[in-house]
Amino acid sequence: MNPGDQIPEWKLPITPTLVVSTALATRDFQDVHHDRDLAVKRGSKDIFLNILTTTGLVQRYVGEWASKQVGERYQVLECALRLGAPAYPYDELSFTGTVKEIEGDALTIDVVGAVSLGNHVNATVKIARNA
Amino acid sequence: MSDPITEQVKDHDWIMARAEEFKAMGETEPRLARDPVNQPMINNWVEAIGHQDPRFADGMAPPAMAQVWTMYGLDPTRPAKDPLHGTMQMLDSAGFTSVLGTNCDQVYKRALKVGEQVTITSKLDSVVGPKKTGVGEGYFVTTVNTWRVGDEEVATMLFRVLKFKPAARAPKVDKSKTIRPMRNRDTEFFWEGTKQGEIRISKCNACGELRHPPGPMCPVCHAADRGYVVASGKGTIYSFLTHHAPQLPGKELPLQLGLIELPEGIRMVGELIGEDPAIGDEVDATYEKIDDDTTLVYWRKS
Repeated sequence: MNPGDQIPEWKLPITPTLVVSTALATRDFQDVHHDRDLAVKRGSKDIFLNILTTTGLVQRYVGEWASKQVGERYQVLECALRLGAPAYPYDELSFTGTVKEIEGDALTIDVVGAVSLGNHVNATVKIARNA
Repeated sequence: MSDPITEQVKDHDWIMARAEEFKAMGETEPRLARDPVNQPMINNWVEAIGHQDPRFADGMAPPAMAQVWTMYGLDPTRPAKDPLHGTMQMLDSAGFTSVLGTNCDQVYKRALKVGEQVTITSKLDSVVGPKKTGVGEGYFVTTVNTWRVGDEEVATMLFRVLKFKPAARAPKVDKSKTIRPMRNRDTEFFWEGTKQGEIRISKCNACGELRHPPGPMCPVCHAADRGYVVASGKGTIYSFLTHHAPQLPGKELPLQLGLIELPEGIRMVGELIGEDPAIGDEVDATYEKIDDDTTLVYWRKS
């Protein structure tokens, strides 16, 4: 494995069920994540993914790759998100990733999660090979 | 009746002074998570996020769940000295009413295990602004949150939001409503020209005189035999005015109208694009297709 290596793209269709079930599973009861009428009233197009879910999906994307390429006992050390366009139902969230840096047992991975409106998230995830 | 307290000017200095007060309060008292780290909540998360990892079924909590354990849930009450909540309320009262998450940086010292009881503390790190952003003017509010098990720090999160005044959106201009030019047998050739990206000047075939606006007869030799030449598309501003009212369909006001002198020797009226026109400025013709029949010509500073 070398810096510059790509993580295979992952495309996730966003559905109202995904937005609502993940919002509740992360104990985020803000109305904009489950009530379309109120979300629209607040100036949004629809309900949208919450930040805790974006954090979870970024780590799922990196984690599913890491468990095969780095080892099943990989550890997540850091996860930094820069947030952009909202992820609305009926859009698709498409993740791409690149190995940015390898330093001993630690790997830094750049992840972009894009929707039709632009980048939903730019993330930097640092993982370690073994516990 | 005026209340002296509500007359406080909530300007930048006031905001920064209040921010300093919230920062000076330091870290909040530790707040307990509602539940200890537990398998059913992990299972719900795994099912919703779809992240299968055998370790998540065997007592290890997904690191991305760090914040989940201490979410407030449906209870709307907040501790009196919550710095994020307090700073949000303060900025609300100063007119910065909208909020947008911009950064969420988490650091995990170790994974949490089922049975552990987590606490959270928060402090206000910084309030930076005012900044002009794509969504409006606002302040970036950064808090630092720390999760502990007992005295052991297990994870931290830097969380930044933009608290902003939504920018007033300019009323949308419907360009399809733009007034179409009058067209007749005298002017048809001109509008056929703009469709092809050229300015055509009426020319007397008898004496060679150029004239604009076009008409049926030569003002010099009175011949009715006409043709046209194609202008270079360059000109200089001979005079101009700024139109503020009345509203014009399909146009955003104010707009600048110029009398453009063409090197071919005629002048024509046209809309100027760009800031601060001045007499003598050199301009170039530019074209905008309004529909299949109509292309208008504008003038832009060279």
